[in-house]
Amino acid sequence: MSDVLLQSLITGVTIGSAYALVGLGFAIIFNVSDVVNFAQGEFVMVGAMSAVSLLAVGVPFAVALFLALVIAVCIGLILEKFAIEPAKSATVVSTIIITIGASIFLRGLALLIWGKDFHSLPAFSGETPIHIGSATLTPQSMWVMGVTAVLVFLVHQFFNRTITGKALLACSANPIAASLIGIPVKRMMLFAYGLSALLGGAAGLLIAPIAFTSYDAGMMLGLKGFAAAILGGLGNPMGAVAGGVVLGVLESLGAGLISSGYKDAIAFIILLLVLFFKPQGFFGKAGEERV
Amino acid sequence: MKRYRGFFALASIITLAPILFPVNYFVTVVGVSIAINALIAVGLNLLMGYTGQISLGHAAFFGIGAYASGLLTTLLSWNPWLALLVGLLATWLVAELIARPILRLKGHYLAMATLGFGIIINILMVQPTHITGGPDGLSDIPVLNILGWDIDSDIRWYIVANGALLLGVWVALNLINSRIGLALRAVHGSEVGAQMMGVDIEKIKIKIFVVSALFAAFAGSLFAHQQGFISPDSFSFHFSIELVVMVVLGGMASKYGPIFGAAVLTMLPETLVVFEDYEVLILGAIMMGIMIFLPQGLWVGLSQKIKPLFIKKTISVEPAGG
Amino acid sequence: MKRSVKALVAGFALLFSINAAQASDIKIGTFLAVTGPASFLGDPELKTLQMYVKKINDEGGVIGRKIKLIHYDTGANPKKAVNFAKRLIKKDRVDIIVGASTSGTTMAVIPIVQKAKIPFISMAGSVKIVEPVKKWVFKTPHTDKMAARKIFIDMNKRDIKKVGLISGSGGFGKSGRGQVLALASEYGITITADESYGKKDTDMTAQLSKIRATNPDAILNFGFGSGPAIVTKNIRQLGIKLPIYQSHGVASKKYINLAGSAAEGVRLPAASLLVASMLPSSHPQTEVIQAYKNNFEAKHGPVSTFGGHAYDALYLAVEAIKRAGSTNKARVRNEIENTKNFLGAGGIFNMSSSDHLGLGLNAFKMLEIKNGDWSIVE
Repeated sequence: MSDVLLQSLITGVTIGSAYALVGLGFAIIFNVSDVVNFAQGEFVMVGAMSAVSLLAVGVPFAVALFLALVIAVCIGLILEKFAIEPAKSATVVSTIIITIGASIFLRGLALLIWGKDFHSLPAFSGETPIHIGSATLTPQSMWVMGVTAVLVFLVHQFFNRTITGKALLACSANPIAASLIGIPVKRMMLFAYGLSALLGGAAGLLIAPIAFTSYDAGMMLGLKGFAAAILGGLGNPMGAVAGGVVLGVLESLGAGLISSGYKDAIAFIILLLVLFFKPQGFFGKAGEERV
Repeated sequence: MKRYRGFFALASIITLAPILFPVNYFVTVVGVSIAINALIAVGLNLLMGYTGQISLGHAAFFGIGAYASGLLTTLLSWNPWLALLVGLLATWLVAELIARPILRLKGHYLAMATLGFGIIINILMVQPTHITGGPDGLSDIPVLNILGWDIDSDIRWYIVANGALLLGVWVALNLINSRIGLALRAVHGSEVGAQMMGVDIEKIKIKIFVVSALFAAFAGSLFAHQQGFISPDSFSFHFSIELVVMVVLGGMASKYGPIFGAAVLTMLPETLVVFEDYEVLILGAIMMGIMIFLPQGLWVGLSQKIKPLFIKKTISVEPAGG
Repeated sequence: MKRSVKALVAGFALLFSINAAQASDIKIGTFLAVTGPASFLGDPELKTLQMYVKKINDEGGVIGRKIKLIHYDTGANPKKAVNFAKRLIKKDRVDIIVGASTSGTTMAVIPIVQKAKIPFISMAGSVKIVEPVKKWVFKTPHTDKMAARKIFIDMNKRDIKKVGLISGSGGFGKSGRGQVLALASEYGITITADESYGKKDTDMTAQLSKIRATNPDAILNFGFGSGPAIVTKNIRQLGIKLPIYQSHGVASKKYINLAGSAAEGVRLPAASLLVASMLPSSHPQTEVIQAYKNNFEAKHGPVSTFGGHAYDALYLAVEAIKRAGSTNKARVRNEIENTKNFLGAGGIFNMSSSDHLGLGLNAFKMLEIKNGDWSIVE
């Protein structure tokens, strides 16, 4: 049984890292613009699918990964410029619908461009697993966890140490005041979408060698990322990261120890319970409503 | 009578369509699907349009109604009407139970909670294969019988489904025009403001949530009998989204908008059969486009433009309609 | 006002009558999951139908009439399937329906075709479609029940007694799981674990280590899509050296490509079509399979067995119409039921009033993946 436990933990942290990156993207955008971007999962798909296509036409591996990230970021910027910015005064319900629409639209586009097949990316550094007891850890899992840790650290430093990062946080606290003291709020919004898309795209590249990818691979990851962000408390980027890892581990322990058929239900029931009893998530700050 | 003018116009259109086109596929077959979807949308609109609360899990209530009818009539051979009642009762219980904690959440948290609820219910339809039939679904659901009259043809279903829709619209209209309706609009405007005016928002929101769930469950029961077969795919997250789009497309808080939205969205795959690969793309574009350019909805936007014409028409139709 | 109403009515009438085709065409209706989660079934199926309808028409049609294929995309959604089936029957007035890629969409339309009394040949897998027999419903693919039997027979030969089962939570996986659980004891096999995974799951190592803890002799996976490839990779990553069995749901090259070297040694039951070039020339199906494979690959790339089911459905219909000499629905239905020794891509069909599939276990070959390609075990 301890093998199952250990293996479930390893798997959970790996998948949870991907959720964490997606959830971090949710949190950053929410922080700056009060919008929950349901198209976040599509960045994951765009990143992975672009890399697959680039590799197929003979682009060297590292260059392909880099270009795929650039493409994901571009999609993020386009999304902000043409779908979010024009609907500036929209309500919560409308922004939810706009971003869900964007997500469906991107999926439709991906279907036309890339077709319906599943694709895989080669693992970054071989597939020889490391054995810990009878549980195993693949090199790709280590890539996923390692790169996630680095990215999360960088984002954390960025928000706390750099002027741009602090400016971003100021936009979220009070956009009018922020613009009055000369922070270019519009540009900050663009920046936030670009950064989120970058994180989403990175998650896609990291996870594709494990889980494959297809035009509709983004939706489920997007939902899980959203759940991660909610679990951690929407306004808190580091909370989203913790939420992602917790969600991944919950799912995988649910599958390993309780019932694999009901594992998603278990994860969502726990999510609902958290929402019911701690409505602002683990680390969220209580919001006030405007009259 | 004036406030029911739209209702009579709707009733007239529904009555005239099969008389003008008695064997038309788009009227007698698609018309049934539209009516069932519209019934859910009208209920969801009460919640979304008048209380400003979003539900990304309404397909679950539709599914609870459908599975209650399906399971009780096939496994236990119950009378369909009794099954329908039990389905409504079960939905009432579930909705009442989750409404309190769920509606305490706001905005995105509410969206997540309803979405999660929808996914949990869907898993409960898929997993216990020995009861629900799992993803392969539940077959051989018996036909509905009204006073010795078997509802087993398209035109009969047209009458029943659209009758149910009119009933639903009537209930919704009365709700909107009641004191609760006034309070509802206050909730949408500003919750804190309404609270200060002595409106018990919590109670009203729960009530509306339950009513809108019951609309969906009722439609679900009809759907189960009309199709004779149900499977979890029909009650997925994707359908919850489609329902939201129907409401938004028509225009939130517009009385007849959701019906228009349901009609457009149900017709969409039927008319796009030539562009099947583009269907997803178009659905996404519609959602974004409407919200960015016509946030009050296509129906409201259009009807404002053609209002003079519209009013003339309803007056000329009204005597015929009753 | 009056005039505008008239114009409106005329307009509608025009709109709705546009689809009325010439009475001389034989109209074959189909609704497939060309988009959505089961598009890997619907896509080759539609391509096959279109390719062969064109071929038949170029060669002069059937009983002197051309075939008109009318297709709608269900996206694997049973609700849409129901409306499209009605549309085919009532609006397009087709003579026969072939199609429905998934078991869910097939089951959903059965009440409608039964009531409309129109012959319907499904391309979906579940055994529930033809058991119990429904008068107007036939199907071409091998059932999950046959796959389970074929796998168990091979396990008996290899002296495998304890099997860890993992299945997808989709219709195919669930239905296959049911057959495996029901039939195992008949072959003296115990199922030590019964795990599952979701459609979009990304990693199954948790379930697999649970299976390993039950000490099975082999692992059996029933599912399709990306799941089985992930399962296969995960098993080898965990260092589990047990024999792996997959179902016919993965019978396409895509599976080998995705799973890579982990797929070495995996066994699965599949139609002969997959190994067309390895069949002995004495095999009765060789000619028809080779021809289908060449035709399909010349236009659309690697062949899968799913397109083969569409080929069989179309030709079962066409042959029945030929024998009936008309498109009279009752006569065509009887002729489909009377199909004997029809050489299809999936096997040799012998239908009867108690068997609306007509394939024996020998229609399946047990394959093993060797050096990144299929090989025949027996």
